[in-house]
Amino acid sequence: MIVYIIKRILVSILLIFAVTFICFVFINMIPSDPAEVVLRVRQTPIITEEAIKEVTQALGLDDPYFIRYLKWLRNCLRLDFGVSYINPSRTVWGEFTRTLPDTILLALSSLIIVIIVSIPTGFFCAIFKDSLFDRVVRILVFATTSMPAYVVGLLLMWLISYRLKLLPTSGSGGFRHIIMPSITIAMTYISTYIRLIRNNMLENMKEDYVVYAKVRGLNPWRISIFHILKNSLQSCMVAIGMSIPQLISGTMVVENVFAWPGLGKLCIASIFNRDYPIIQLYILFVGILFVLFNLIFDILQHLADPRIRSLS
Amino acid sequence: MKTPVLKVENLFVTVKDQSGLNQVVKGISFVLNKGECLGILGESGSGKSITMKAIIGILDSSFSVSGEAIYNGKNLIGAPQKYLRKLRGQKITLVMQHPMACFDPLFSIEKQMKETLRTHTSMADDEMEKKLLDILNFMCIRQPDEVLKKYPHQLSGGMLQRVMIGLALVMDPDIIIADEPTTAIDAITQYEIIQEFLRIKNQRGKSIVFISHDIGVISAVADKVLVMNQGCVVDQGKLDEIIKNASDPYTRQLIRTRNKITQKYEESVKRSI
Repeated sequence: MIVYIIKRILVSILLIFAVTFICFVFINMIPSDPAEVVLRVRQTPIITEEAIKEVTQALGLDDPYFIRYLKWLRNCLRLDFGVSYINPSRTVWGEFTRTLPDTILLALSSLIIVIIVSIPTGFFCAIFKDSLFDRVVRILVFATTSMPAYVVGLLLMWLISYRLKLLPTSGSGGFRHIIMPSITIAMTYISTYIRLIRNNMLENMKEDYVVYAKVRGLNPWRISIFHILKNSLQSCMVAIGMSIPQLISGTMVVENVFAWPGLGKLCIASIFNRDYPIIQLYILFVGILFVLFNLIFDILQHLADPRIRSLS
Repeated sequence: MKTPVLKVENLFVTVKDQSGLNQVVKGISFVLNKGECLGILGESGSGKSITMKAIIGILDSSFSVSGEAIYNGKNLIGAPQKYLRKLRGQKITLVMQHPMACFDPLFSIEKQMKETLRTHTSMADDEMEKKLLDILNFMCIRQPDEVLKKYPHQLSGGMLQRVMIGLALVMDPDIIIADEPTTAIDAITQYEIIQEFLRIKNQRGKSIVFISHDIGVISAVADKVLVMNQGCVVDQGKLDEIIKNASDPYTRQLIRTRNKITQKYEESVKRSI
C-alpha cells in the first residue's frame, strides 16, 4: 500500500511537470507580443520600437524558449510568479492568494449542498422507483441538466432578489451573499449525482447479494442503506473526486454572474486584459488541482474497497 | 411416522411483464416431511426456483402469488413481511446458486455472518464468534478464524458455498432450501458439497428441499423427487420408481437423455482403455 502511494506521488510529480510545460507552451503560442500588450495596457501614449525592446529585455522575453521555461519553472518553485502586467505594484501570487479563499468558500458550500441534496434524493428515487416523487425529480433533473449555470443564476437572481427581494443580487459579504451563487453551481452537479446514485442503486438492487441479504432475513432498510447505498457510493467516489477540482475551476462563470470576488473573476479579468502571468498561474493551479484530487481519491478508493486493495 | 413440516397446496405464480401476464407456476402441490430430502428436478425456466422463492416471500412486486404453503400451522403466502423476515434465515434458510455473487463485496465474511445472527438473536459478540467457528468447523473449513476475516473475493466458490451452507445451518432451521447449490462450481467441489448435504440430513435430521436440473445430483441426495416442466408437476415419487416407469413423456425424455449421455461416457471410457 505504501509502495503504491509513493509510486502514485512520483507519477503525479511528473504529470505536474508535463502540465506546467504544456501550459507554458500554449500561453506563449498566443499570437501577440507580450511586450506590446504590456505597453498598451500601461497606456503608454506612443509605442516605439525602443520601448518594446526595453520591455522585452525587462521581462526576459529575448531568451530562448526553453531557457524561459526553465526560468519560469525555477521561479514557480520559489512561489515567485512575477508581477501583474496591468498593475506592477501587485504580485501575481498576492492576487492569487487574495482571491483563492473566496473561491474555495464558494466551491465548498456548493459541494456541501450537492452532497446533502443528491444522496438522499437519489436514494429515495431508487427505493420508490416510478413513484410520483421519482417522476417529479426526474423531470426536474432533466430540466436543470439542460440549462446552463448562468441561466439558472440569472433566473434565481430575477426571482429571489428582484421579485421577492429576499437576497442581495451580487457581491460578497455575509452568509446571505453566498446562498444564490452556491445553489447555482450546485444545481448542475445535483442533477448529475441524483441520476448517478439512483441508477447505481437500481443496478445494485439486481445483484445476487441483495437477494441473499433478503434470504438472510435482514431488515429492508438495513439492506438499502448498509449494502446497496454503500456499494453505489463506492462507484460514485471517483466521480466525486473529479468533481471537486471541477467545482473549484468551474466557479468562473457563476462568479462573474454574481460578481463574486474569487479566482474565476480574476481570471476572466486577466484574460480581457491579456495579463499573462495571472492566466499562466491559474492554468497551472487547475492542472495541479486535477492531478492532486485524482491521487487523493485513488488512495481513498484503495482504502475503501477491499477488492482493489488486494490487487496492489 | 412422518410429520409434515411444509405443505404446499395449489400454488400459482404469475409474473407481469411487457408482454402481459405470464403464469410461471401452475398449481403446484407437495409435502415436505421432517428429516426428508425432497428433490425438485426440472430444466431452467421450469419454475422450480420461483416456487421456493414464492414460498419464502422474496419475489418482488411484479409477481403475484396465490395458493397455500402451510408451515407451523400458518399460511406463508400473503403473510406479513415482518413475520416472513423472522422465519427467513432462522427457521427456513436458503442456499443460493452463485456463491461468488451472494456476499456483499465490501464486508468481511465475519461481518456478514454476524449481521445475520444479530438480526435474529441477541447474542453477545464472543458468543456469536464461537458459534460461527463451530459451524465452519462442522463444514470442514480449515482455519475458520482466518476465513472469517477474509473478504468474499478472497475465497473460492466452493469455500463460499460452504460458508453459505454453514450460515444456512447456524440458526438450527427447520427447512433448508438448496437452490442449485452445485451448478456454479467444479465437479470435485460439487461432490464434496453433496456429501455435506447428506451429512446435514443424516446427522442433523434437517428437512431439505434440493433444487437441481441434474438427475445425478438429485439421485445422490433426494429421498423423493418432484419433476417440474413449464410450471407444472409432471411426476412425483421415489426416484428409482420414476426412472423405471415414468408416467409423463417429459420425464421419460429427461431420463432417456441422461442414459444416452451416460452410455456415451462409458463407451468413451472403454475405448480409451
